[in-house]
Amino acid sequence: MPVSWRVRTLVVAMAWALCVSATGAQAPLHDEQYPEADIKYGATVYTARCVTCHGAQGDAIANVDLRAGRFRTAVIDRDLERVIRSGTPAGMPAFALDNAEMTGVIAYIRNMNSVDAATVAPGNAARGRDVYQGKGGCAACHRVGPAGSHVAPNLSDVGSTRSPAQIERSLLDPTSQMMPINRPVRIVTKDGTVIQGRRLNEDTYGVQIIDDRERLHSLVKADLREYTIGTTSPMPSFKGKLSSAEIADVVTYLLSLKGQ
Amino acid sequence: MRRFTWLPLWCAAALVALVPLGLRAQVTTQRLAAAASEPQNWFMYSGNYFSTRYSPLNQITPANVKDLKLQWVYQAPVAGTWQTTPLVVDGVMYVTQRLNDVVALDAATGRAFWVYRYTPAPNRIVCCGANNRGVAILGNTLFMGTLDAKLVAIDTKSGRPIWQTEVAKTTEGYSITHAPLVVKDKVIVGVGGGEYGIRGFIAAYDAATGKEAWRFYTVPAPGEPGSDTWEKCAPDPKSYCDPDAWKHGGGSIWMTGSYDPRLNLTYWGTGNVGPDYNGAQRPGDNLYTDSVVALDADTGRLRWHYQFTPHDVYDYDSVQVPVLADNWANTGINVLMWANRNGNFYVLDRATGRFLLGHPFVKVNWMSGFDERGRPMQTPQPDGQPTYPGNQGGTNWYSPSFSPRTGLFYIPAWEDYASIYAPAPSVYREGSNFVGGGPKNYGPVPGAPGLVRGAPINNWTETAGRGAVIALDIRTGDQKWKFQMTDVTDSGILTTASDLLFTGGREGYFQALDARSGALLWKVNLGANINGSPMSYRVGNKQYVAIAAGLSLTVFAVDQ
Repeated sequence: MPVSWRVRTLVVAMAWALCVSATGAQAPLHDEQYPEADIKYGATVYTARCVTCHGAQGDAIANVDLRAGRFRTAVIDRDLERVIRSGTPAGMPAFALDNAEMTGVIAYIRNMNSVDAATVAPGNAARGRDVYQGKGGCAACHRVGPAGSHVAPNLSDVGSTRSPAQIERSLLDPTSQMMPINRPVRIVTKDGTVIQGRRLNEDTYGVQIIDDRERLHSLVKADLREYTIGTTSPMPSFKGKLSSAEIADVVTYLLSLKGQ
Repeated sequence: MRRFTWLPLWCAAALVALVPLGLRAQVTTQRLAAAASEPQNWFMYSGNYFSTRYSPLNQITPANVKDLKLQWVYQAPVAGTWQTTPLVVDGVMYVTQRLNDVVALDAATGRAFWVYRYTPAPNRIVCCGANNRGVAILGNTLFMGTLDAKLVAIDTKSGRPIWQTEVAKTTEGYSITHAPLVVKDKVIVGVGGGEYGIRGFIAAYDAATGKEAWRFYTVPAPGEPGSDTWEKCAPDPKSYCDPDAWKHGGGSIWMTGSYDPRLNLTYWGTGNVGPDYNGAQRPGDNLYTDSVVALDADTGRLRWHYQFTPHDVYDYDSVQVPVLADNWANTGINVLMWANRNGNFYVLDRATGRFLLGHPFVKVNWMSGFDERGRPMQTPQPDGQPTYPGNQGGTNWYSPSFSPRTGLFYIPAWEDYASIYAPAPSVYREGSNFVGGGPKNYGPVPGAPGLVRGAPINNWTETAGRGAVIALDIRTGDQKWKFQMTDVTDSGILTTASDLLFTGGREGYFQALDARSGALLWKVNLGANINGSPMSYRVGNKQYVAIAAGLSLTVFAVDQ
């Protein structure tokens, strides 16, 4: 029976902690919670963008050992991000990674000593697209490119703006990941018209809405009889409705959506 | 009685109108000190030495404010939101535009007399945008600090530079973004760079020559008074404690100070300690960061100080405008009032620094109250839990206003706003970011998705704070009224002698409120973030109100 990710991560973290205390290194200096989805996606990013110079074991550059957490200048994750984004005087080029790629590759680098990129089995984007369009029924509310509905947030670039773990959590527990601007609103105007939808923008005196029939409204608050903002996402959870393999496939498909 | 009081001023205004622009007497120290007697002019960043941002003009009233009309617009050629406040002296407006230009305009028409262009060094290091908040004036000379930490003197008639002084090295992370303060024959200016491990200071320069007259470091060197608040490091390498933390201790200056001519004291607020968030690297109270310092204007010697946030780990810069008022609560005490980024409103005796009042104006949980000497009793929140107010504070650098007529202190506030902090070690490298981790989440909900805030779309919504104008009774700190906004506000506030209050906000509305009740009287959508502070002036017999919105300066008046 394979050791679970959580246990493996814990064991590795303990081993790492023992190593650093033995060498007199510093206390943990980074986010210790790296979701599995981020690490797995990061492994694919590493394989595509980093492995040529840093090597599969992360030790192909002199004085740098990614697996052991030994860097030339970086201490915390933000430092890693800066180095990746800006490059180094020593010759590392700058990489324009999007949010999902950056989150993932840092999560992978921090867990390289327990995860082998070669054995990581990411989901299948083509299968995920089939689930998205078929069994999942996602296109009834969401839009990707020219297809789908405007009722729920557009997902055309969700693979660059949200991290893998955030996308996965969105499928399992949508309310926890709902951006406040996407909260469902119910409006009753003074003439009794009921409008339900989500906000596109809001200020002190007015609010802009796209309703559940894909119509745009710009409303003056003084003209409203009721204005209620819900806090529960209208999106259903797919926990128990899709298998873990299907969830992984949908996450991989959504991560492939990078916009224009 | 009222008619008798104002008649001479109107007569004076009529005479001014007959005099060609630029032929008035030059700006003397006496005129600066008596700014209230020339309500047509706006002599300095906050209008007067007491920094009340209160205009004695009263032509625009609650009754006619609905008739305000756009008079002119000046659009800058460089993109980016302005934070500037113009000066107006004898019908001429002096305003800074990005990056470090000064433009002289006919204040009645907006037509330009000249443009002075200063190009800051390309290797400048400036946090938080290429901002400049304005100039100071003395004689026929304007003074501007630059993004690359120079002080420049400019001729008011021609826009030609007169002298230029290096205040600090920009390659070490120093910059100047605020309007200088002229006191007697000196130009006082401070340095920004609190996110780059600078050692902050305030310095005075001879207005005629640019030669440095005095310098006060906001972080003392070992052996100097206050240096014991930079405590010795525990022998624990894991703490990353820096035994020379004072060398990079921050205490930056990026808002203009105030001045009491009778006490000859100038008051300045100091910025965050460096590194901002990781307190373990610099144990102790870390004086004089997050403090107000009262300096002798002739020598720069420290008369007193009060530290608002000892050993700050929240980036609660105390760079707000110090506002002065006399005879506080009929006690005979002349005071300094302060709405701090840490969420509290303070009243201090400005002769001695004695703590008189501290009162939260927004939700505060980093402290639970004050001891008898006015020291906050700090209550750090558990890891992963929100701290109120959040990183940007209950307020920030946006100018407050005090109206001596209403007795109310007006604060541009962020309500219900919190951050979850995640400190981490920072290693100092010259010119590099030195903050020690940072806010992990800009909303108050642990684990919620990150929010990216940016006009014109407000996607932070109700979960991450709201803007407000809060009016406080200065005697008690109690809220008298509140004007709620949906998005947060970075706009300053102007009050006038007709009990009007003008302010903007991130939504782009420029609004006039009743200063006594907070009722909305007029608004206009200027279509861009209002990041500056309103001011008012008069040319001829017409009162104007000016506000920078986005990269445009807009000016309103009621047609006569």
